[in-house]
Amino acid sequence: MTLDEILVSLFPDGHEVRKDDGVVAGTATLRSGGRMLVIGVADRTALGVNEAIRLSEHVLESIDRGSGPILVLVDSDSQRMSKRDELLGLNEFLAHLAKVLIHADMNGRPTIGLLYGHSAAGALLATGLATRVLVGLPGAEPAVMDLPSMARVTKLSMEALEEKAKSTPVFAPGLSNLEQMGAVHMIWNDAAPLASQLEALLADMPAAHDRRDALGKQRGGRPKAADISERVRDLALQVR
Amino acid sequence: MTASLDDVARAQRARRTSFNEASARTRLELMLDAGSLVEFIGPEQREVSPHLRIFDLPEQFDDGIVVGHARLEGSPVFVAAQEGRFMGGAFGEVHGAKLTGLLRAAREIGSIPVLILFDTGGVRLQEANAGELAIAEIMRAVMEARTAGAKVIGLIGGRSGCYGGGGLIAGCCSALAVSEPGRIAVSGPEVIETNRGVEEFDSRDRALVWRTMGGKHRRLLGAADVFADDTVQDFREAALELIGLVGAFGPDRLKAEHERLAGRLRRFGTCKDAVDIWTAEGVADAETVPDLPADRFIALADRIGRTSRDAR
Amino acid sequence: MEDLNFQHQVRARASGTRRSAVVGVVASGNLEVLVERALPDAQCVVDIRTAAMGFGEIWSAVIGDFVERYSPGGLKFSINDGGARPDTVSLRLAQAVRLIAEDGQ
Repeated sequence: MTLDEILVSLFPDGHEVRKDDGVVAGTATLRSGGRMLVIGVADRTALGVNEAIRLSEHVLESIDRGSGPILVLVDSDSQRMSKRDELLGLNEFLAHLAKVLIHADMNGRPTIGLLYGHSAAGALLATGLATRVLVGLPGAEPAVMDLPSMARVTKLSMEALEEKAKSTPVFAPGLSNLEQMGAVHMIWNDAAPLASQLEALLADMPAAHDRRDALGKQRGGRPKAADISERVRDLALQVR
Repeated sequence: MTASLDDVARAQRARRTSFNEASARTRLELMLDAGSLVEFIGPEQREVSPHLRIFDLPEQFDDGIVVGHARLEGSPVFVAAQEGRFMGGAFGEVHGAKLTGLLRAAREIGSIPVLILFDTGGVRLQEANAGELAIAEIMRAVMEARTAGAKVIGLIGGRSGCYGGGGLIAGCCSALAVSEPGRIAVSGPEVIETNRGVEEFDSRDRALVWRTMGGKHRRLLGAADVFADDTVQDFREAALELIGLVGAFGPDRLKAEHERLAGRLRRFGTCKDAVDIWTAEGVADAETVPDLPADRFIALADRIGRTSRDAR
Repeated sequence: MEDLNFQHQVRARASGTRRSAVVGVVASGNLEVLVERALPDAQCVVDIRTAAMGFGEIWSAVIGDFVERYSPGGLKFSINDGGARPDTVSLRLAQAVRLIAEDGQ
């Protein structure tokens, strides 16, 4: 689905969401009558310092003046790979965006990510993975690392990597792999109105606390993460 | 008084030991009060990565990270130290989950600071999806711990630097100390060169790498609050200083951080090189900054006075 | 990866009270040695997982020499090897024995 189709299907009662140089921002009316902040990255735009500061500005303004949940639409490239972005401290700008989203979520502005295109690496961490619930749309193509880069570093052929990817979701790109990890909570049906799926999710939002490791265990993608983090937590609480 | 005698011996060794060259375990042993470290899920438990076997790669019994409880100048701290020589210190499923669990305990207790000794290239490629998600969980856990009152201090001076998602976690910390060899960035030099060409970034130009991503630049930008000389003892002192300086987290900090970063873009957004930024900051002979010894550099950075205090 | 296992009868129990210790890291040309006080006093076991295939005889010689020199009775050694040279292996084994010979936990 294109961004326009998604916005129309999500918000049949109207929206004022605009796209400017790959940065998406605005507000929309929910079926239930409430308002929702919408931000995002479109057109497979790389997330650099300029994009990150604009996005976090929208969220911070909305924390001050707005209300309602926050939707983060994601069709991005990776983080912007450039000398300028790193020189200026891209890690701080991406972390800032993630922090602003996490803070909003913890303070009455529940966040939902909607991954409808590509995303990768630092861009995904600062957007979709910084939300409480990350939803995928069929056709989304997240790739934490792309297979050609992986082939170069691991010195394995593409064929060998593709063969291994059949037996594990742990490294290869793809929406269903991220779903098995617990990163993507659910995949929506793009043949049905997105508005009703959004309303259903908002009516039944999971608690703010991070259960992605437990999801990853349930779905078989991450056999150890939930148990290890739980054990360390328990041991740490005992020594105080 | 044996404990204090042990600590004198520890401090002597810590002063002679390069943080950069030491292993994760040696860093902890020499940085923390003598004999105080209690490790959680240590190597004897053999909780190795469940994924490296798919690639026929060797495992490490602690999956490249030590987490535990210890004392610093008598006060309790939680600590995590990445081993930068094992798979570049990269985040895998188990490695990341140990840090997540530690931060979740810090959130519940609220008053015990967390020291993270970063030494990482970012996500472990062979388990990229699990590593990426582990980083996302850690970022969330850092912010929850800080919101609950815990201070989370990042110490960066290892061989693998603090790259990729490690750089984003560092950006979530309450404060950072960095040494000259401690590089902080998202994309590594080779990654930029591979994707954008050698004209964009020449990864073999080491001087360019250091002045773009290295500790001195990060300190002058105010991205790190303390510059440590490359000894374990200096990092211990930096950690103590930062624990003393950091205040409580709140929404005002995010607004201040926004102003700090937006101001940086306005001021330096058109600079082509770190030397241009340092010159714009009023550093005379900015091109000599990479050669300054630690004491003179610290004096310079203090005079410029840019920090992220109360603004991160 | 290749798994190797060596078992030796030794003259004397290793000194000290520490239960376990670890030295080294798994990296190219390096290895980690985890040593545990886990066996009867006259036994020594060495388990190895190595990235370098086909060096069983060299390992056998290095371990045999080590056991003869240090008499590490009661100790179990577990090694993750990233392809270390024999002198590096001997060094790490000696460090591991020295560390576990300390008193403490």
